[in-house]
Amino acid sequence: MAKIGVLIESKGGEVRKTTLGVMAVIRQVPEAELFALEMAPDVEPCREVLRRHGADRIVAIGAAAELSSFPEEKAAAVAAAVDHFGLDALLGSSGQAGRDLLARVASLKRAPLVLDCLEVDLARGIVRKSHFSGRTIATLQLKTGPWILGIRPNVFAERIEPRPGEIIPYEAPVTFRKRITVRQIRRGDAGGPDVSEAEIIISGGRGVGSAENFRILRDCASLLGAAVGASRAAVDAGYAPHALQVGQTGKTVSPKLYIACGISGSVQHFAGMKTSKVVIGINRDKDAPIFQKCDYGLLGDLFEIVPALTRALGPDGTA
Amino acid sequence: MKIYVCLKHVPDTAANIRPLAGASFDESVKFIVNPYDEYALEQALKIRESGADAEVVAVTAGREAAVSTLRTALAMGADRAIHVKTDTYFMEALETARLLHEAISRDGSPDLILTGRQSVDAEGMQIPYRLGVLFDLPVAVNVASFSMAEGLVTVEREIEGDLREVIEMSLPCIVGATRGLNHPRCATLPDMMKAKKKEIRVIPQADLGPEPAASVVELLELKTVPDRGRGKMLVGSPDEMARDLVRILRENKTL
Ligand SMILES: Cc1cc2nc3c(=O)[nH]c(=O)nc-3n(C[C@H](O)[C@H](O)[C@H](O)COP(=O)(O)OP(=O)(O)OC[C@H]3O[C@@H](n4cnc5c(N)ncnc54)[C@H](O)[C@@H]3O)c2cc1C
Repeated sequence: MAKIGVLIESKGGEVRKTTLGVMAVIRQVPEAELFALEMAPDVEPCREVLRRHGADRIVAIGAAAELSSFPEEKAAAVAAAVDHFGLDALLGSSGQAGRDLLARVASLKRAPLVLDCLEVDLARGIVRKSHFSGRTIATLQLKTGPWILGIRPNVFAERIEPRPGEIIPYEAPVTFRKRITVRQIRRGDAGGPDVSEAEIIISGGRGVGSAENFRILRDCASLLGAAVGASRAAVDAGYAPHALQVGQTGKTVSPKLYIACGISGSVQHFAGMKTSKVVIGINRDKDAPIFQKCDYGLLGDLFEIVPALTRALGPDGTA
Repeated sequence: MKIYVCLKHVPDTAANIRPLAGASFDESVKFIVNPYDEYALEQALKIRESGADAEVVAVTAGREAAVSTLRTALAMGADRAIHVKTDTYFMEALETARLLHEAISRDGSPDLILTGRQSVDAEGMQIPYRLGVLFDLPVAVNVASFSMAEGLVTVEREIEGDLREVIEMSLPCIVGATRGLNHPRCATLPDMMKAKKKEIRVIPQADLGPEPAASVVELLELKTVPDRGRGKMLVGSPDEMARDLVRILRENKTL
């Protein structure tokens, strides 16, 4: 029976949705034994959620040591757990935090690593991921284990399938070298929810025209429960901070709804949002490339259409 | 100090990629320096220009054609270059890291290794980490801000939710650059001419020892992802279109 580990990411005692999606990938294989590797000092608040989403065992790694400020030691602890429990694979979310830890663990173990997986067949060891910025999909065969895999956030929906969720404390034999220290976590200049894990994103491009004008997107976003994104042209023009940039040299996102306002639809922008489920283009140029590759197009001035959308979503909306 | 910058020769981000049989693609497209690696090189040049006694060495592992990426790096200002010449386009990350590690350690003792956070072709996102283990050096990736004083490096790494981790590590170390770190300079024609005189040392892959027998991950196939088709255009006034859209999105359970 395959033993598969999941890196649990939680925030304030709550397991992140992206982690629940990763657990669902494993629960597609009924006979797999799922080990939830929990790094938080206290696993109890997350236990019930992990159990319901199919954790056979919950390994409490974080309890013993102060790992959070030391990325190398944290990775060494996870690598030790992979050995100790004889895991055949380790999966995690391919967000920024997850991919850093997964890459460190894979490197320590000289193991195969595929990040940003879009499809996973654990039985056959086959995964699919983007090559060439979303223009092609590569099929990869994993060989010698343990396989270390990062799953693109939002690609898999969570799945309820209760398992025992037995807690196993594990004290990893880690030597603290402290070569890298996280001194502080600083808030960037963006504010608002992050695009990488958002389920709905409303993005603005050069057409938005100014930083001030981004307010109409934020107004709409707050009714949609959406995060605000931006094209590179909007970031370069100073309308939006870099943290909001979606695309080739920005964030890769996979929301269920992506609304592009005043964005022409360049290859590089699509590189970051092509796997969105529904894409809406709002543009005043009928020949804008975005209309050639979206689900619904709204032709017209975004300064009229976006506020209209906000109205339609609001309590007085007649939709 | 010795700064090594690892760069990759990749297809232009706007190029039309046509997959061919046997997990390959039509390579008759324009190639460029991997954009993230340009941020890495720019950082190295900045360190040298700030007065540090630094030599900047550009390194690539790639086929014959990858030499043009090294020429660009030399024109931008690298002092010299090393080309590990390989036979295949796609290599496993483990092998790429092994080649870069061998080539660099035979050349000198690095004080700083800079590279991009990922390549835009295979998007493996792991070379800096693998180099970290091979050199036994600390690594920080996704770095959008870098400063260095008295052997101590402070970087800011972009993480989720608009947050940045402020990380400290001591030299020697490895840094994976991302956009926001700096604005890479453009090489001018005279720079390109001058760069012709700079040294590019070629090392055939075979000279760096035998490839490890066991492959850990194999590329089986590349497939084009079709764009979604032309969107359905909504009609009417802005308010009509907006109401129509909200209705559609509610009906198909998107909202
Ligand atoms: C290596 C590399 C990496 C890159 N990485 C990225 C990346 O990560 N992300 C990214 O986005 N781009 C990236 N780009 C840039 C990309 O090529 C485009 O230049 C960029 O996406 C264009 O942004 P835009 O659509 O906002 O601007 P434009 O292409 O200028 O489009 C603006 C659009 O707004 C419309 N418009 C204007 N006013 C209005 C209005 N009032 N109402 C409605 N519509 C209006 C116009 O019709 C036009 O279609 C990259 C490029 C390179 C070379």
